[in-house]
Amino acid sequence: MVSLEEGGFAIFLVLLAFACLIVAGKTFDQVMAFHAGIGALVAAVGVFWIFKTYFDDGGEPIPQEIDGKPNYNLGPVKFGSAAAMFWGLAGFSVGLLIALQLAFPALNFDLPWTNFGRMRPLHTSAVIFAFGGNVLLATSMYVVQRTSRARMPGKILPWFVIIGYNVFIVIAGTGYLLGATQSKEYAEPEWYADLWLTIVWVCYLLLFLGTLWKRKEPHIYVANWFYLAFIVTIAMLHITNNLTIPVSIYSTKSYIVWSGVQDAMVQWWYGHNAVGFFLTAGFLAIMYYFIPKRAERPVYSYRLSIVHFWALIFIYIWAGPHHLHYTALPQWASTLGTTFSIILWMPSWGGMINGLMTLSGAWDKLRTDPVLRMMVVSVAFYGMSTFEGPLMSLRSVNSLSHYTDWTIGHVHSGALGWVGYISFGALYCLIPWLWNKKSLYSLKLVNWHFWLSTLGIVLYITAMWVSGIMQGLMWRAYDQLGFLEYSFVETVEAMHPFYIIRALGGALFLLGAIIMAYNLWMTVRHGEAEEAEATPVGSLAPAE
Amino acid sequence: MADMHKNEIDRISGVETTGHEWDGLKELNNPLPRWWLYMFYACIVWAVVYWVLFPTWPMISGYTKGVLGSDQRTEAIAAFDEGVAGRSVFADKIIAASLEDISRDQELLQFALANGQAAFGDNCAPCHGSGGTGAEGYPNLQDDTWLWGGTLDDIHTTLLYGIRSENDEARIGEMPAFGRDELLSRDEVTQVANFVASRAGLETEDGVDLAAGQTLYVDNCAACHGDNLEGIQEMGAPSLMSANYLYGKSLDDIKAQVHSPRNGVMPAWVDRLDPATIKSLTVYVHSFGGGQ
Repeated sequence: MVSLEEGGFAIFLVLLAFACLIVAGKTFDQVMAFHAGIGALVAAVGVFWIFKTYFDDGGEPIPQEIDGKPNYNLGPVKFGSAAAMFWGLAGFSVGLLIALQLAFPALNFDLPWTNFGRMRPLHTSAVIFAFGGNVLLATSMYVVQRTSRARMPGKILPWFVIIGYNVFIVIAGTGYLLGATQSKEYAEPEWYADLWLTIVWVCYLLLFLGTLWKRKEPHIYVANWFYLAFIVTIAMLHITNNLTIPVSIYSTKSYIVWSGVQDAMVQWWYGHNAVGFFLTAGFLAIMYYFIPKRAERPVYSYRLSIVHFWALIFIYIWAGPHHLHYTALPQWASTLGTTFSIILWMPSWGGMINGLMTLSGAWDKLRTDPVLRMMVVSVAFYGMSTFEGPLMSLRSVNSLSHYTDWTIGHVHSGALGWVGYISFGALYCLIPWLWNKKSLYSLKLVNWHFWLSTLGIVLYITAMWVSGIMQGLMWRAYDQLGFLEYSFVETVEAMHPFYIIRALGGALFLLGAIIMAYNLWMTVRHGEAEEAEATPVGSLAPAE
Repeated sequence: MADMHKNEIDRISGVETTGHEWDGLKELNNPLPRWWLYMFYACIVWAVVYWVLFPTWPMISGYTKGVLGSDQRTEAIAAFDEGVAGRSVFADKIIAASLEDISRDQELLQFALANGQAAFGDNCAPCHGSGGTGAEGYPNLQDDTWLWGGTLDDIHTTLLYGIRSENDEARIGEMPAFGRDELLSRDEVTQVANFVASRAGLETEDGVDLAAGQTLYVDNCAACHGDNLEGIQEMGAPSLMSANYLYGKSLDDIKAQVHSPRNGVMPAWVDRLDPATIKSLTVYVHSFGGGQ
């Protein structure tokens, strides 16, 4: 008998395929036709796949446990991990390209598709949402199952979430290349992509809550609080910042319901909390599982995790106005945002303390385990960025730093150092576990990855700090008669050497990631199989 | 089952665990680090002080103003006014003085050149280049070829009202589209272009009737460009004898210009820059070396 879930998804996808076909047939918008075509194709393949698996397994329900052990659903986790590595390489490569475009504008190739204006959102979305998003989806599905000792609910649902999310990535990315964008930073995808993501995201929330609901543990592990905060808040942010009205359902173009300074405020409330809840809360969840697991040490302080969690959740959401200092935004909103940014400093650092202090008693492992070293350095970068952030939110500092490359340096110390490294660490742990391998193919290659990319990050952020501060100082320099000392083009010229250093840093970071991809590939293909117990057990054996 | 902890002691740190366990992960029951907690409190206190001093909290109508009376709009306007006031001593003299006087007075000249350089970098350089050397379609300001005259007064007028701009006083002169509007046939465009090129000492095509070209020139072009191709500045018609062809000097470029001319636009700055800055720019551009 076809289950309600299988039938429901099949009907939904059939309707979706027809809707896409109608839109593709009637639209004059070529991008819309292309995207509707992709939608119809993917939905049709989905329906086919639902029925194929039904006939393959004869509609038998999947066992929740095998030999008394939870039968974890790891297929979608494997898919997400592989997708993360793929999108990571793509996103880092595009990042290197746009870094080079800034130094050498000829690399825009005078083509609309390769223009900086289209490549830049492709880079940011690829690294944040495609790479980071797949890491978050994969690890959250893994962590919530293991720490709940329960299989994720549903047969189709987990696959719908992970594949649906990646379809969103493809629609968004090809949309940028073809010029479909709503021009909101980090929220560029147009209305139909946003709608699709909303459906996928609500399913993700249900999947996550469903797994927690089925849990066999009395308490919910701290990593899951952070994952849940991330999922719920991203839903709220995504919907509010994408309340658009399409010109017609046959058009890619839409208009946002907010206008003027309200639109700017909603945009940066979204933008700042995408950093707070996607790039911070989500990746803190990863840290709270993978660092204690790899270090084989208990989390340093339960109390600190509670206090900094709630403080972070409640305070982060207020800090967005610091992105709009000295603009049309009223001064009271901007100062209020500043004060909450300062209050946020310690709640952010709570995560760093808990991450670093968990290492106490296991610091010697940093010498021998480059994966753990990567995650610890990640936490150090987290601490650095979350100190720099409140500093830059001060109006007087911001008047120098805003619109300069200092911001780019700040973002990348968080993005490359914190988000990148904790993700790499998690993937280095996860891949051997998922494919039942004893260990990684080569720790030596992890070491190479670590040192190359660390050098890359240092080159990147120091180049951007120096050039950003120089740029800010040049903009505000007056001669003794009271005239601006430099024209804009002179500041651009002065940035050139730093742009080259930055591109070099990015190239080293990309090189490290290529080594990582090779290492993970070799682990999956040629790693030595784990024998009896497929899962690693910490030094603290479960207390029975 | 839930709270039947037997809270074990971690061997390494000697700290009790909370008794929870997930997938082999446990937690120590450490208190909040004191320094962390006090820093957190200090940040909150700092914020409260800030709320008292500056505008922060929205109310039903308006917002809390703060005891320091800070207002970014009035502060910005005051800073702007202060900057203007700092320059006004010289600026007033610049407005009062004639352009020739400015060029002769060492002190005023220094101020005008500084003002001109700053204004040029952000307003003029995008088209004329940061050194004023121009580019194809954008005149070079360093040489002695001037479309509308290179005296101080000529440059000043051009700066004030622009060329083919929307200003009523703009310098207007428009070359007809001889080819596009079918005033001349395709062959005639080729003949007149070759004639002009031959007189300017540029490359010509073989087998083109230059005499016919000359006749066409006299009938169609001489009224503006002069009988001897010397140009007439009052009409903005460039000399065709000079090697400085704004839109290129290959035969194809010349033919294209005769067929459907590009009539470039320079904006009027009278409504965008203050009078002292426009005068300063005049002196600055004149000082490039090509000024007459």
